Amino acid sequence: MRKTFEIMDHTADVGIIAYGMNIEELFSNAALALFSLITELESIQEKLHLNVKVGSDERDSLLVEWLNELIYFFDAKHVLFNRFDIESLTENELKATCYGEDFDPLKHRIKRGIKAATYHMLRLDKNNDGFKAQVILDI
Amino acid sequence: MTQWQGQLIKIDDYRWKIPESYKTGMRVAGLIYASKKMLESIREEQTPEQVANVAFLPGIIGYSMAMPDIHWGYGFPIGGVAAMDIKDGVVSPGGVGYDINCGVRLLRTSLTEAEVRPRISQLINTLFRDIPSGLGSEGKIKISQKEMDQLMVEGARWAVKRGLGLEEDLDVTEEGGCLTDADPSKISDRAVKRGMPQAGTLGSGNHFLEIQVVKEIFDLHTASIMGITDVGQILVLIHTGSRGFGHQICTDHLRIMEQAVSKYGIKLPDRQLACAPIESKEGQDYLAAMACAANYAWANRQCIAHWVRESFSKIFGRSPEQLGMAQVYDVAHNIAKIEDHTIDGRKVKVCVHRKGATRAFPAGHKDTPKRYHEIGQPVLVPGDMGRCSFVAVGTEKAMKESFGSTCHGAGRVLSRGAAKRSIRGADVIRELENRGITVKAEDVSALAEEAPQAYKNVTEVIDVVHQAGISRKVAMAVPMGVIKG
Repeated sequence: MRKTFEIMDHTADVGIIAYGMNIEELFSNAALALFSLITELESIQEKLHLNVKVGSDERDSLLVEWLNELIYFFDAKHVLFNRFDIESLTENELKATCYGEDFDPLKHRIKRGIKAATYHMLRLDKNNDGFKAQVILDI
Repeated sequence: MTQWQGQLIKIDDYRWKIPESYKTGMRVAGLIYASKKMLESIREEQTPEQVANVAFLPGIIGYSMAMPDIHWGYGFPIGGVAAMDIKDGVVSPGGVGYDINCGVRLLRTSLTEAEVRPRISQLINTLFRDIPSGLGSEGKIKISQKEMDQLMVEGARWAVKRGLGLEEDLDVTEEGGCLTDADPSKISDRAVKRGMPQAGTLGSGNHFLEIQVVKEIFDLHTASIMGITDVGQILVLIHTGSRGFGHQICTDHLRIMEQAVSKYGIKLPDRQLACAPIESKEGQDYLAAMACAANYAWANRQCIAHWVRESFSKIFGRSPEQLGMAQVYDVAHNIAKIEDHTIDGRKVKVCVHRKGATRAFPAGHKDTPKRYHEIGQPVLVPGDMGRCSFVAVGTEKAMKESFGSTCHGAGRVLSRGAAKRSIRGADVIRELENRGITVKAEDVSALAEEAPQAYKNVTEVIDVVHQAGISRKVAMAVPMGVIKG
């Protein structure tokens, strides 16, 4: 099976490495990695969906913005997502529909809080297999 | 990871210099406070590279400094101190960190270990119930948008005005618990949305509330002015910050700073060091927003301190006054401050970034509270939950040398992942229980990430700053009960 994402160690925090055949898949897998750190992805059901739009100057900072947007939805609105339909993605804008449900303390075990996606050691590369990105998260 | 190969020139047993020549672009040299023994792990973690990177920032004066609790951060190292001339220098949100005004507050009591130990479980359970902690925890106080605006401007006083705490608490809080240049119009709607429900909560991660027993007093005269008079006395330490509010503000302003970097033509070796001239609109906006988050954090610790007093009162059937529950001090350890310092006999206004570093002003300084005028500003240095914590005071030497700054804690040695792989949360609880420490946590498995083994020994950290003379240790306390968010 193709790798979707990995979790990476970082002294005070935690990082994600996401893969994708194309850029849309990369962004979707990065978001999955984020929510896998917060809770068990299998415990999230598709009960609601939200449209998300983010913009940025460059593609790698767009990835940071995207993850920060999702962190905001979790921290302020307590929504958990496990599927991301990336509808359009250019150098500086992303539109997506995110599927998931409201956090339920009886159903979802929260593994840790993720508070921000950082620019530190940020990487987004294209190689023969597709795309690979690395983002460090503040927890 | 390979060891950092750069040059560390020994100045004395506790000071190591990274010469300006190490990297083209460094405006000043780097200075690391550490013992020879600590250098090994510091080199392994590559943190001197981050100290060197900070030296690139425009307007930096003196040294790019790191305290002995230094560990790898993003952009700035944690344990970093950097002062920029306000005329031609920059302010960097990364030099403050995401958790703006993360800090510690220490309360003393007149209770003794003998009185508290038999009731420690009951006390910890009550505190755990009364103080919202953990992820997604929401406060006991419900605040409106209007109140949120007041909270951002007034800081700890906002809580005191609502009956949560005493006027005298403000006298022994850094800045009186309020930075005056806070401007709520600089705060995004998102930050407010994250901040409102989280006001008055301990949070998760490395935040905690600890019941401690005084184990050793190094300087009885100084300690007694702080109300710490006996071995066996009970103290309470609260460690938390500005929650999702501060994180969103940092995130928002990093985005703005990213653009400012190219606008002002600033050359940086690491994107996370994004910054803007202090006197630019971007710089001033960040400082006004940062002040809102700093005030939020002071209000947060003020609320929690009040509930701690109430919980103690419930368990011991006496009022907080009868229990002698006065505040010793409250310090910020993630903050940027505009301060007056003297460099080569010349008075300069600087913006001091303290990221995982504590202010350490000396006796007689105008910003040292009146009560502590004779001894210097108290410095609170928490260790990990299994070892100990220290109370120290600021010194004249810190003023001359480190822009009135010192260390903030133990500093991590193991990554969260490595800690989790090698330690089990349940074992941490059992091990601490065996040592007479009761632990209650929102999530037991997450406890492994905060296990004592994951941190440097805080005793080694405090010994370095004490020997180097940038603070003076006064007392040491060990944990008896811990609440982890």
